[in-house]
Amino acid sequence: MNDWIDIGTLADIPRLGARTVDTPLGEVAVFRTNEDEVFALINKCPHKNGPLSEGIVMGRKVACPLHNWVIDLNSGQAQAPDEGCTTPLPLKQEAGRLYLGLAAGKKVAHA
Amino acid sequence: MNSVPRQRLVVIGNGMAGMRTVEELLRRAPVRYDITVFGAEPHPNYNRIMLSSVLAGEKTIDDIVINPLSWYAEAGITLHAGDPVVGIDAKAKIVTAASGRTVAYDKLLLATGSKPLMPPLPGLELPGVVAFRDIADTDAMLKAAEAKQRAVVIGGGLLGLEAAWGLKRRGMPVALVHLMPTLMERQLDVEAGGMLQKDLTERGLHFFTQGQTERVLGDTKAEGVVLADGRSIPADLVVVAIGIRPNVDMGKAAGLDINRGIVVGDDMATSDADIYAVGECVEHRGQVFGLVAPIWEQAKVCAARLAGDNVATYATPPLSTRLKITGIDVFSAGKLAAEDDSDEEVVFRDATKGVYRKLVVRDNTLVGAVMYGDVADGGWYFDLIKGGADVSDMRDRLIFGQAFADSGCCGGAKAGMDVAAMADDSQICGCNGVSKGAIVAAITEKGLTTLDEVRAHTKASASCGMCTPQVQAILSFVTGADAAAPQAMCTCTEHGHDHVRHAIVDQRLKTQDAVRKALGWKTEDGCAKCRPALNYYLLCAWPGEYVDDYRSRFINERVHANIQKDGTYSVVPRMWGGLTTPDELRAIADVADKFQIPTVKVTGGQRIDLLGVKKQDLPAVWADLNKAGLVSGHAYSKGLRTVKTCVGSEWCRFGTQDSTGLGVKLEKLMWGSWTPHKVKLAVSGCPRNCAEATIKDIGIICVEAGYDMVIGGNGGIEVRVTDPLVRLSTEDEVLEYASAFMQLYREEGRYLERTAPYVERVGLAYVKKRILEDDAGRKALYARFLFSQSYAQNDPWAERASGGVDSHEFQPLAVVS
Repeated sequence: MNDWIDIGTLADIPRLGARTVDTPLGEVAVFRTNEDEVFALINKCPHKNGPLSEGIVMGRKVACPLHNWVIDLNSGQAQAPDEGCTTPLPLKQEAGRLYLGLAAGKKVAHA
Repeated sequence: MNSVPRQRLVVIGNGMAGMRTVEELLRRAPVRYDITVFGAEPHPNYNRIMLSSVLAGEKTIDDIVINPLSWYAEAGITLHAGDPVVGIDAKAKIVTAASGRTVAYDKLLLATGSKPLMPPLPGLELPGVVAFRDIADTDAMLKAAEAKQRAVVIGGGLLGLEAAWGLKRRGMPVALVHLMPTLMERQLDVEAGGMLQKDLTERGLHFFTQGQTERVLGDTKAEGVVLADGRSIPADLVVVAIGIRPNVDMGKAAGLDINRGIVVGDDMATSDADIYAVGECVEHRGQVFGLVAPIWEQAKVCAARLAGDNVATYATPPLSTRLKITGIDVFSAGKLAAEDDSDEEVVFRDATKGVYRKLVVRDNTLVGAVMYGDVADGGWYFDLIKGGADVSDMRDRLIFGQAFADSGCCGGAKAGMDVAAMADDSQICGCNGVSKGAIVAAITEKGLTTLDEVRAHTKASASCGMCTPQVQAILSFVTGADAAAPQAMCTCTEHGHDHVRHAIVDQRLKTQDAVRKALGWKTEDGCAKCRPALNYYLLCAWPGEYVDDYRSRFINERVHANIQKDGTYSVVPRMWGGLTTPDELRAIADVADKFQIPTVKVTGGQRIDLLGVKKQDLPAVWADLNKAGLVSGHAYSKGLRTVKTCVGSEWCRFGTQDSTGLGVKLEKLMWGSWTPHKVKLAVSGCPRNCAEATIKDIGIICVEAGYDMVIGGNGGIEVRVTDPLVRLSTEDEVLEYASAFMQLYREEGRYLERTAPYVERVGLAYVKKRILEDDAGRKALYARFLFSQSYAQNDPWAERASGGVDSHEFQPLAVVS
């Protein structure tokens, strides 16, 4: 069962950019595309754990800042021919606010 | 379901030959066997050939892994790495490993490789004596190199030379002892071997040819070697690389026929029909093997046999050799010299350029080629040798290479490889055994359009990279893209960099969206390749108008610090011309203490690097540094990095001008500018050149009569010495000429192209024309640079430390607990 945790607003994230959320699962990267879609991934590239939140966002993908692996924001899959996957997390927008789906029983404190 | 139960295949040896056979087998018969692999080394399968590149620091161990552990899992292979097999019961068909594990087999494959050949020398058992065979040996050598000790390499063949060069690259003084009068005598003739020795001597290796090692010196550890003629060479590391011998231990254990190697037939089976062998451990028709090409062929035949093919047979293909030492090109194939009166040698020699070629012709066919310096035609000669083609109608042009021989004239129109004429089975990539046909098939079947894609799918040119031009030519040929056409910026567009830049200026495009719309970009918001480039081109074209797009910058330029492998950052404050003050040093020390910065290092650019800063601490670190007057050193930027100086006439007894003061002036003038790639300057106070100005993008060397300006140098992977541009008489002239060249590079350099390749691309004569011969043009360049700088010189740290820009970059959005 997921709790939907309020992590802030769409405006808190720059377009074609990302912010991070500290969670019990580790750091989660929350991305915003040019079309104002949002996605959440565990903030670790499947290659060498590079912080994906620091990468360049393009379309629905992000390029890892360490070695340029390209990761799909929706699935967490690395773009072929690289192989690997980082974990996507559920994220929804409601009335301009963003809610991250985490296992039940978690609370939130805004930084 | 397959009703036939799977057979059990056990492979002893997790090296290149064994796994290549398994790969081929899986391709042919994916479900025929349950496969178990034993490897003595505790690593997955790696490219042993590339250990020399690891030693030289050009690749890491990770880079040379061929099949990661996940590959074994996905292929359903049971891998026992680090558990060598110690016994084979061929009658019961069971192998026993060191751990006591026993595994039964239906078919057994021996791929145990070779052992280093060790001469019977006293002292070989001492610590500090190593072979050059596996990752452990490489690690031992790297450790010795770290301690900056001295090394002796015994053996002047391929392996010994690559070991010596790798150690030299790691900063060790290296001597090489070779038994024969010339190097690589099995692959090179005397002439080419001599040229090789001369080139390597110039690069700092010391040679002792005709040197018979008598013993290794030392009591408790290696301290050097003594030669039979009495010469002694001190050393802390002794590398023995005189050759290899087949590792036949397992063959003996199984009671197989052994000669020099484990004897196999044309079907790659040993004297026991259920035991096969491939690679360096085998002997086939009296021959043993050390190069990769015949071993790939063995793997193919062996896999076919294991898959049930009863006709596949192995024959040793003609061999060719290349040496993997960056910047030294050597190729040989077939005969090295005429063997009797019916053989003829054709020789071409250009001593100044360091180019040498010898071809051996017999009965109107090519039977041998030795090349030094320029080896671009090596593959073509090799094909002629393998194919046994009649070369009589191009004999007089043959020595000049394919373009010339085929065209019959000066070759200009048809330079490069003739891809169409090349046979499908011509091997292009020796490291990975990829033929022209395989590359063509991958390109057409998978619709590949870039070199990177071809590498990813075929592995061609993905290892040592020497065949990159050939792979590129095949790609151009198959896709129909004109080889001379500029390479597209990225997959978002078919336009090259120069076209896009001209369009930005000519059509007055002032935003990235405008560029992408006007030029028909295939993507809405570009990609990680084109966005940073477009951002730079727009900044350069429209200073003061275009608003820098931080989302199009790499992380380092976005947060004005260098990301490190663990996700922390390094911070480098600017020290003008390398000068600092006690107050600045105190401020740096205080910051390091306050933020518990783990590493403080002096950089090669004469300033101080604070390494291991947490991202959220960056603004506070900057604020403290700003308070002491320190600003960003832009150590992360595609822009002006440092101006390195020596102390010059102010203090030095040799100094001719105030090199430090001039360096400070240059740095104050140029800091903050964005450029296609990083730019480093240096000013030396006299021709002794202590600031190393001759490997910088722009160097100034002070002389009594004024200032020599040199350009286009680089001290990185491809070292390039600067070209002299002009001698100037005043500091003001230096500022003007240096700025003009900087602006020329800013306006014409392609994104991520350093000045060295830029100058090589446009030619020094062109730069002279723009900077020296066109006074008005130079002054206009200078003026444009100054105008651009009026918008560029804002300290990015101050902007962020004050919370004015991008403050969100440095704090998490939320904390969930």
